[in-house]
Amino acid sequence: MIKALRFALVAFGRDVRSGELAVLFGALVVAVAALTAVGFFTSRVSQAIRAQAGEVLAGDLRLESGRSPSPRYEAEARSRGLAVAHLTSFPSVVYAGDVSQLATVFGADAAYPLRGQLKIAAVPYGSAHPVSGIPAPGEAWADSRLLARLAVPVGGRLRLGALSVRVTAVLDYRPDQGTGLADLAPTILINGADLARSELLGPGSRATWSLLYAGPPAAVDAYAAWLRTQKSAAERLTDAGESSEQMKSATERSGRFLNLAALVTVLLAAVAVAMAARRYASRRLDLVALLKSLGASQRFVLGTTLTELVLVGLCGAVAGTVLGFGAESGLAWLVRGLLKTELPPPSLLPAWLGLGTAATMLVGFALPPLLQLRRVPPARVLRHDLAPPPLRWGLPYLAAAGALAALLYALVRDPRLVGYAVGGLFASALVLGAAGTLLVRVTRSVRGGAGIAWRYGLANVARRGRESVVQIVAFGLSLTVLLLLALVRNDLIDEWQRSLPPGAPNHFLINIPPADAGPLAEFLTGHGVAAPVLAPWVRARLVAVNGVPMQARMPRSDRGRAFAEREQNLSWAEALPPDNRVVEGAWWQHPDPAQPQVSVATEFQEELGLKVGDRLGFDVAGESIVATVANVRKVRWDGFRPNFFLLFAPGVLDASTGTFMTSVHLDAAQRPALAELVRRFPSVTVIDVAALLGEVRRIMDRAAVAVEYVFGFTLVAGLAVLFAAIQSTRDERRYESAILRTLGASRRTVLYGVAAEFTALGLLSGVLAASAASAIGWLIASRLFGLHYAFDWTVWLGGLLAGALIVGVAGTFATRRVVQSSPMRSLRDA
Amino acid sequence: MQVLESRHVAKEVSSPEGTLTIVADVSFAVERGQSLAIVGPSGSGKSTLLAILAGLDLPTRGTVLLNGTELTALDEDGRARLRAGHVGFVFQSFHLVPSLTALENVLLPLELAGTDGAPARAREALDRVGLDARRRHYPRQLSGGEQQRVAIARAFVARPDLLFADEPTGNLDSATGARIAELLFEFNRELGTTLVLVTHEQTLARRCRRVLSLDAGRVVADVAGGA
Ligand SMILES: Nc1ncnc2c1ncn2[C@@H]1O[C@H](COP(=O)(O)OP(=O)(O)OP(=O)(O)O)[C@@H](O)[C@H]1O
Ligand SMILES: [Mg+2]
Repeated sequence: MIKALRFALVAFGRDVRSGELAVLFGALVVAVAALTAVGFFTSRVSQAIRAQAGEVLAGDLRLESGRSPSPRYEAEARSRGLAVAHLTSFPSVVYAGDVSQLATVFGADAAYPLRGQLKIAAVPYGSAHPVSGIPAPGEAWADSRLLARLAVPVGGRLRLGALSVRVTAVLDYRPDQGTGLADLAPTILINGADLARSELLGPGSRATWSLLYAGPPAAVDAYAAWLRTQKSAAERLTDAGESSEQMKSATERSGRFLNLAALVTVLLAAVAVAMAARRYASRRLDLVALLKSLGASQRFVLGTTLTELVLVGLCGAVAGTVLGFGAESGLAWLVRGLLKTELPPPSLLPAWLGLGTAATMLVGFALPPLLQLRRVPPARVLRHDLAPPPLRWGLPYLAAAGALAALLYALVRDPRLVGYAVGGLFASALVLGAAGTLLVRVTRSVRGGAGIAWRYGLANVARRGRESVVQIVAFGLSLTVLLLLALVRNDLIDEWQRSLPPGAPNHFLINIPPADAGPLAEFLTGHGVAAPVLAPWVRARLVAVNGVPMQARMPRSDRGRAFAEREQNLSWAEALPPDNRVVEGAWWQHPDPAQPQVSVATEFQEELGLKVGDRLGFDVAGESIVATVANVRKVRWDGFRPNFFLLFAPGVLDASTGTFMTSVHLDAAQRPALAELVRRFPSVTVIDVAALLGEVRRIMDRAAVAVEYVFGFTLVAGLAVLFAAIQSTRDERRYESAILRTLGASRRTVLYGVAAEFTALGLLSGVLAASAASAIGWLIASRLFGLHYAFDWTVWLGGLLAGALIVGVAGTFATRRVVQSSPMRSLRDA
Repeated sequence: MQVLESRHVAKEVSSPEGTLTIVADVSFAVERGQSLAIVGPSGSGKSTLLAILAGLDLPTRGTVLLNGTELTALDEDGRARLRAGHVGFVFQSFHLVPSLTALENVLLPLELAGTDGAPARAREALDRVGLDARRRHYPRQLSGGEQQRVAIARAFVARPDLLFADEPTGNLDSATGARIAELLFEFNRELGTTLVLVTHEQTLARRCRRVLSLDAGRVVADVAGGA
């Protein structure tokens, strides 16, 4: 064994110097680097994004309760190093002289908000600026709506129960003001110290006590887990992940883009590793036969092979990890701005991950052909055509793909994404293989006509049979990815950003009485706002599922309980709204009003465990309605248009029930019109989501940059596969071209032959790759990202061109040296 | 004392046209220090027989004894171990490891057998074939004749009992071929190494003490040679 080790070390050194291991090593480094960089980056960014998403809660974690929560909660949180803030809210009538208005009163302590910032303005609907701190005792910040209703200017006094406060600013934005459309009343923020003096918090008050927490993610998670075991069912715990549908959609999508890029990179690199290992093994056949004839045992051969493999793995993992760390820093720099919080320090985890990737790839994809070396018949030294028994690759490669999929799953924890990427690549390889076999057959019969170069080239494609199919698969896969990167990626990212255009709605108008609908639309168009689309809007409570009352089937999760207990906003629609996609059941055509149907969003369906065909009982303003679930919708919430968890078929609700809502885009110049709007349509409620919209847009922009960067790795992995495929027939070519030239063929003829062969291979794989890229692009867009994808004929043109140019030119160029070296030399080396 | 014995050795392979007999019932024995040439038309089974005699391949029938050990009863590793100390090879196409220098190529069998003082012995062997000055050169920097001399140094460095050569002069011009043959017979005389060589060259065959003629896998003549 020591012998084998020594020999392996020497052999490794030589193989490194001669560049024999370059492709294998390169593929490994790319995979490890991509995985470490993206894996590490994604986790850091998702933490940062989580902190950002926490703005919507004004903290990373929020506990809401109908009673003052146990002081133990706060003590425990502080002992775990978390920051804690208190916020108490309750509905109350606010007086300005004789005028009164129902409002929601918020009493905060100085720590509020733990995440995000309050914004205030000097005049109602004026331009706002961020501020730190809260109103001093005896002061209040009221929102524009309240001041407009009460006709009180900044500086005026308001009365709250026994408390009198002076308005010192207009409250423009609270990070946790929400878009749930539940907080309908105008708001006023006072200092928590004044709460007692108002004498409004006595028994019977409908107050909500909120405890806000913030801290490092791990500590927050641990505390949340603890709190779940302590809190009563009536206390509702929300974490940043479930805070805002819009924010969640946007961050999920950016995370998916990054993960997808990393997955494809690693899978491609695995293909490159497999190809490189195949060639490496085939180049060692002679050496192994010779060693065996000189008396080397199978163990010796195995030992040297494994040692070299381990060395390659270690070096690849180390180099890849170093590169990955470097790339990660670059990535972090690119998205600097996106991360307001300090990034957590680098940990050793990605290094282990890199080692794991290297090990899986080598064991899974490089070991099978190398193990085969052990079985090289020693008589090969005398008869060159003797080779080890052909590798049954099916099983080992399948096992390797499984192991790799498991590793990738451990990294991204998104079974659907991993499934799509692994399955997609696998299916593409199969289809490419089948089509390649067919095409190779066809070329066999079309060798007549054309010049000698083409005839020779095409004959080669056909003769190399299996090797050609492998090359077509490899070229096809790399071209597919290159096409996806070149054409589809831009479309996807553009489409994603287009889903939130500059004119995206930034205000919701709700509670529009039917009588006001026409005049309101006129009012808006009169102020230069595009005519709004009004959606019917009804508040209703879910009371039973399949005849079982909700009290008897209360969901476990806080969110599910909220769905079951609270009033829901719902609407009805004839056609499927634009940001919605039916994932189960079918959208209704000509629904029968006598058989009420309802469509539920996936969130609602999952939390309550519903299925198509379930009968849901609702209480709509005292009227009871039973409707059958007709379909389940996936909703894209980050489009900032009115969307609903529940949609009825037309005719179920009386058209006069409820009110209307809409969303509009108002620029800074149009905002002051809101003051007039609120005066003219007193029952209409305006909800400002401009700040949230800005956050979502910022995440998108930064994420797009990050995604482009990570796709750079994918590009390199694609090129590695391409290179490995070109290299795979290099030795044969050297020998063949030497023979041809010995027979009198000119360099030129031989080179044209090679060019013809590569161009033919490139064209074949280009066409196949274009089809694969279109199909995958469509799948990715529609299934994974819920985006619209338009088929584009330029993909095919691109495929043909890229195939002929990249494969043809690169292949010919890479083999040129082989063809041009003297035939003498080539034959001697063979 | 017999160093190599072949008893009713036969090799058959199955092909689409039925069973193909490549070597049929070959029996003979070789004394220590002897030299044996195997001749015959192309395709007569010479290389196949050589591979079987050296334990690189197994016969379908019959036994081979090397130094009294039954080769055919050993597994592949057992045969490799036996080769490691006792058998050397010289091939028509030299088979030097292209990434190793001349000296490293010669060192290879010593390292595999775990012999002491390997480097000194390797240099000595290389010197013996007149290539000590080229020891740091790689095979591609050497001519065909020089490469074959390195191969001969590699074959003899472990002082094997037996040396097998398949067309050792086949790729060389006649003058170079003669030098190579000269070297082989020098080692045969000085070290007592038994030579078994397959050749087309009449001059080379005639220098062997015994010539075995094969045709279609059968021994058709077994005569004493010139030397
Ligand atoms: N494994 C095998 N499968 C099929 N046929 C084989 C196999 N090994 C050898 N042969 C055939 O057996 C015959 C003898 O081959 P061998 O290489 O021993 O001939 P040879 O005498 O060395 O010829 P040459 O002088 O041309 O080197 C040839 O026809 C060869 O094709
Ligand atoms: Mg032969």
